[in-house]
Amino acid sequence: MVEQARRQREGTPPSTAAAYRTVLASRLRAQLQYPVSFGFDVVQAALGFLFGLVEVLGIFHNVPVLADLDVRAALLVYGLAAAGFGLANAVTGQLDTIPTYIRTGTLETMLVRPQPVLAQILTSDVTLRRIGASLVGAGTLAVALPLNHVAWTPAKVALVVVTPLVGGLLFAALFLAAGALQFWLVDAAEVTSAFVYGGNYAAAYSAGVFPLPLRLFVVFAVPVSFAAYLPAAAILGLPGPPGAPGPLGWAAPAVALLVWFAAMRLWALGLRHYTGAGG
Amino acid sequence: MTVIEAVHLTRSFERRAGRLRRSRTTVRAVDDVSFAVERGETIGYIGANGAGKSTTIKMTTGILVPTGGSVRTFGLDPVPARTAVARRLGVVFGQRSQLWWDLPLRESLRLLAAIHRLPAERWRPRETELVERLELADFLGRPVRQLSLGQRMRGEVAAALLHEPELVVLDEPTVGLDVLSKERLRTFLREDVAARGATLLLATHDMDDVRRLCERLLVVDRGRLVYDGDIPGLVARVGARRVLVVDLEQPLPPLTDVPDAELVAVEGDGVRQRLAFSPERTTAAAVLAAVAGRAPVRDLSVEEPDIEDVVRRLYLASGR
Amino acid sequence: MSALAPLAALTGAGFRRYTAYRAAMIGGAFTNAVFGLLRASVLVATLRSRGGPVGGYDQSTAVTFAWVTQALIAVVEMFTWNEIAQRVRTGDIAVDLSRPIDPQLAWAAADLGRAAAVVLPRAAPILLVGAATTGLALPTAATPYLLGAVSVTLATLLSFACRWAVNLVAFWIVEIRGVLGFYVSVSTTLSGLVLPVTWFPPWLSALARATPFPAMVQVPADVLIGRVTGAAALQALGVQALWLIAALALGRFVLARGRRRLVVQGG
Repeated sequence: MVEQARRQREGTPPSTAAAYRTVLASRLRAQLQYPVSFGFDVVQAALGFLFGLVEVLGIFHNVPVLADLDVRAALLVYGLAAAGFGLANAVTGQLDTIPTYIRTGTLETMLVRPQPVLAQILTSDVTLRRIGASLVGAGTLAVALPLNHVAWTPAKVALVVVTPLVGGLLFAALFLAAGALQFWLVDAAEVTSAFVYGGNYAAAYSAGVFPLPLRLFVVFAVPVSFAAYLPAAAILGLPGPPGAPGPLGWAAPAVALLVWFAAMRLWALGLRHYTGAGG
Repeated sequence: MTVIEAVHLTRSFERRAGRLRRSRTTVRAVDDVSFAVERGETIGYIGANGAGKSTTIKMTTGILVPTGGSVRTFGLDPVPARTAVARRLGVVFGQRSQLWWDLPLRESLRLLAAIHRLPAERWRPRETELVERLELADFLGRPVRQLSLGQRMRGEVAAALLHEPELVVLDEPTVGLDVLSKERLRTFLREDVAARGATLLLATHDMDDVRRLCERLLVVDRGRLVYDGDIPGLVARVGARRVLVVDLEQPLPPLTDVPDAELVAVEGDGVRQRLAFSPERTTAAAVLAAVAGRAPVRDLSVEEPDIEDVVRRLYLASGR
Repeated sequence: MSALAPLAALTGAGFRRYTAYRAAMIGGAFTNAVFGLLRASVLVATLRSRGGPVGGYDQSTAVTFAWVTQALIAVVEMFTWNEIAQRVRTGDIAVDLSRPIDPQLAWAAADLGRAAAVVLPRAAPILLVGAATTGLALPTAATPYLLGAVSVTLATLLSFACRWAVNLVAFWIVEIRGVLGFYVSVSTTLSGLVLPVTWFPPWLSALARATPFPAMVQVPADVLIGRVTGAAALQALGVQALWLIAALALGRFVLARGRRRLVVQGG
């Protein structure tokens, strides 16, 4: 009764979703305020991936086939990996500033707000310009898709559309796991680079490029091969090398979800360690 | 209603030292601290740097877990019930910011209103009130990184109090501010907290903060609670000393042998000397007479008990 | 000889300063090791596909090249370094300009100290990981190492000279992040870190050789692994030295112009 009367006086409180929307909208607006500067930043974020293309093309200047992929298939894989990485970088990339949050005490100010810490980091510090990689990815895909004469079925179309999102989720999980590790390791921001950028590099190539132990690692341990190569192999109907069969690509969405939940769990443990519950 | 209850609250840290980081020492930042804070109280939590103030605050607000004992805020365990506590809590960290650096102050307030899920009809009037009382209007639209320290602190206080929290916690809020800014901030806090019937917990080592804002003192020294009570009680326990400040006609060597008085400071090469005495043992007149007997006194003044002095002597008395 | 004493002192200071970053360096070494393994795999796969040497590299030299280049990253400092740009922005550069010692030489000396400090914590572990995983084919004779040491020193100084010049652009541009990012992208790609320069299509390889970047990584790596020996090695060192002179000259020119701008603005 008292609550009702108060609501009539003050209005109903906004929902949790509305709260996140407001914060997100504000941050995006602030970043888009200077379009030219923002444009430059996006280009800069894309630059690394443009030069990565140079690497792929350089290799295929010397050989017609790398592992089981020719240049057209390799571009398809590269495009998918870049597209996914750009998405992850834009949505979760700011997790690599966690060491800074810890050092400056910003993490503690997040702990005294009535929202989960991860949600705060993802909404209040989103950096849209990091999407640059996705632009390179999209461009590469636009070129590569028609070049690979694919026997399109509705399932394959669905897979190729979903794969950048799957890749995004996988890389986001890597960002999250690496961020969570920062709660245990003290001065180890570099470890994030190893996982995230190393993972992205590995994802851009056929799993057949790697010696068997490493191959099994990128398929089953830190499964970055599911971000681009395996879905591409499934779409192209490739058998895949031993340990990384092509049809596994159809499992990519499930694998991405699994890895994401594992990363969330690691994050929860990390936060508990930080507040001393686990330590 | 008990807002904060600490029972044998303890927090230890392990420090690894030595060349190969082999030897471990356990440091007790907070050592068996027990106290209860009722609704509406204004508490000053005093201690030197490193005495354990910030650590206690972190445990009370859900940032850190105790290693021994317990603390309950609003009857809840702050770490598991973090968001429930956060809704009713307003914290001002002196040395770190909860505002968005690159956004105007106004936008930070708007975002915090969204995060606390405050309906517009509730937070807009409150924002207007805060803007007026803290005089934020001039810089409300400026990015926070361009504000001076004094302006930023007023912004921080507005941000912390926007959702009208029942418990206001401040950790060294006046560090680095000029005297005028400090005074204005204290006045606002005192009035706002009283008007809303909120509870105030102020951790500081600035005695003026305490004198202006707090009715009750908790004094910590090296993790332990050494005093819990009001200011007059503290003064009575340690004994208050008044200080007679004499300005002499001519510079004199230090007056160390005045009966029942202790020389605490000499200024201007002996022209001004400060003598502390206990009102129980002697009077200002007697000390003055003793000084005037040695040399002509041009001017004089008497200073009242200085809490700094009192607290310092409390530390010395409890020194282990 | 007394002119060298202050420089030597600065080198020592640079060395000491960077030995404090041990923990961070382990993380960095980890990243480089991961990339060493990945790049070695890619190079080997390419060779396997060709069925023979590519661009003058066979399997053992390619693998060793991948590891050695990764080990050189930290020493030659191929990634973002913006200390001088920060000093220009804050105005602290005035302090460097007012000292009796030449700022470019002073910072070069400090950078050599930095390079020396990171050899053990960052370069050595990477080579160890390489030896343990894929195996390394390092030369058994002494000459490649002696020439290699000279080459790495030249490469470090060359990298410094280029970074110095790029950083000084801060005199004219406020947001130097973009410029530095572009520099890092271009320099790492053309330096042989990504692919050996000899693997590039002819037009790109020619473009790379028209820049100082291959002299920063490709050349010292080739000398160290013994792929480039004898007269060719000496020639390569000579090319490095020429680039170094050019880059230092450019740096001095940019500083002189920047200095004028500083005075004009009353900084």
